[in-house]
Amino acid sequence: MLLFLLAAGLSLIYGLMRMLNLAHGSYYILGGYVGLAAIRLTGSFVLAALAATVAVTLVGIVMERFFLRRFPEQELPQALLTFGFLLIFADFSLWLWGGTPQTLPKPEIFERSIRLGTIVFPSYRLFVIAVGLVVGLGLWWLQEGTRLGAMIRAGVDDAEMARGTGVNVGFLSTAVFALGAFLAGLGGIIGGPFVGVYPGADFEILEMALVVVIIGGLGSLKGAFVGGLLVGLLDNFGKALFPELALFTVFAPMAIILAIRPTGLFGAR
Amino acid sequence: MKTRAAGGAALLVLIALPAFLSSYQLSLLTKMLIFGIFAMSLDLLLGYTGLPSLGHAAYFGVAAYTVGLLALRVTNNFWLDFPAGLLMATGVSALFGLFALRARGSYFLMITLALGQVLWGIAFGWRSLTGGDDGLPSVPRPQLPLPWALTDGVPFYYFVLAFFAVAVLVLSVIVRSPFGRALVGIRESERRMEVLGYDVWRYKYVAFILAGLFAGVAGNLFVYFNGFVSPSYLNIVFSASALLMVILGGAGTLLGPALGAAVIVFLENLISAYMERWVLVLGVIYVLVTLFAPHGLVGLVRARLGAERA
Repeated sequence: MLLFLLAAGLSLIYGLMRMLNLAHGSYYILGGYVGLAAIRLTGSFVLAALAATVAVTLVGIVMERFFLRRFPEQELPQALLTFGFLLIFADFSLWLWGGTPQTLPKPEIFERSIRLGTIVFPSYRLFVIAVGLVVGLGLWWLQEGTRLGAMIRAGVDDAEMARGTGVNVGFLSTAVFALGAFLAGLGGIIGGPFVGVYPGADFEILEMALVVVIIGGLGSLKGAFVGGLLVGLLDNFGKALFPELALFTVFAPMAIILAIRPTGLFGAR
Repeated sequence: MKTRAAGGAALLVLIALPAFLSSYQLSLLTKMLIFGIFAMSLDLLLGYTGLPSLGHAAYFGVAAYTVGLLALRVTNNFWLDFPAGLLMATGVSALFGLFALRARGSYFLMITLALGQVLWGIAFGWRSLTGGDDGLPSVPRPQLPLPWALTDGVPFYYFVLAFFAVAVLVLSVIVRSPFGRALVGIRESERRMEVLGYDVWRYKYVAFILAGLFAGVAGNLFVYFNGFVSPSYLNIVFSASALLMVILGGAGTLLGPALGAAVIVFLENLISAYMERWVLVLGVIYVLVTLFAPHGLVGLVRARLGAERA
């Protein structure tokens, strides 16, 4: 589910705006670290979540507005630019927060476990699943059911026409990018308590999110959802069954899916 | 003719340089040449064919690991290990090419990235074979029937320079051949080439494999040079820095990427000597290059020359 949050953001940004953001994993660790700092300062998980998502969203807005905006539909400059930011954020976090892996404290109400019959679930994980579902439904509603969603889709299909009918495409693309960044930041604060934040997490998250998006198909919410579940399962079972080849169990199915459907399971083109 | 004369002069300078350099500077220069070969191999894909690969470290790393493993565990025989490294690099690129070339644009970027990370994951996780995170230490240099031992800096430099010169020569023949011109045609307009009756996929596939082969040459030389290889030479950071070298130098020019590689290697040594935050600076370089020098150093020089003429 965490993967879904992250992949949804990446997929949203790419699918709607044709922008490849390699710094997506950095948003995750930034969210985690800012959240951690805020928790230490205020002691409140809610305030921390707010601080983390606001900070990451702002970073996303700055990156879109002042940098990525200059390279519409040019994947190579986008990749180099966002990779540069990835390195900057990675080294900056290492500098500021050090190299030891850290875990965020869980909010207190989720310390207990919930018993369903004979199976015990840690309640925090249920909370994460719930957040994932809510976000997924919200995104789907936003894209398909609101005027804003319609305007976004129009902007993607034909920016010039949309502009002609009075849609502010520039503002919309910043908004979508900010939303994608917000989702990654949310991933950081929510994933922090059980995945943790550490140097290198940005790369791992980026890879996982990329695989999810490649499997599911770029720009497809449904794809991000199915892909996220699939990759999450593969990763967990892979790590348990073949610890030496952990990544392999995720990438091998990806290669197979690509060989059959180069645009992913639910890819449009 | 003029470029040939300039190339000859550059080669003479490179041959003469060891006389003026300390052994540390010489080893830096050797590293520049090796990464130069690596960057040029990527340029064949990126600059000439227009395929932005973000997994090019894969072939470099596979070659380095192959040579390292064979030299350590089997036999340190140059005539066996070196071709084996090239064979593995070519084989892996032939395999990855089958997957990656089904995609275009951003998908191509992401797939090459993901495929490269598979190898990184294997090198990282399979400790019994690859030593995991610790890598393969103390790989010996090859022993060749030469009057000079390659363990010394100067003979090894000439050894690498010979490969560099041959690589430049072969690549310049390739890019000037009808095959190379066809690659440029594909970069400019894939559809037009298709209409003209070219088998676009096959051209791209051959270019992909050739790029893997030359990356393998660089990987082989590097493991001999460094005596050590670790998963970080398979990793996306290394792949991306190869892209940066190519763009910084000038994509689609033969020697630009080698120049870009030299600049990056030089800056890395210079800056890490003075401060810890090299990665931060490197990130800033990525951003600056993308914003201000999208056509690279060669492009900047050309623009300046053009402006003066006008």
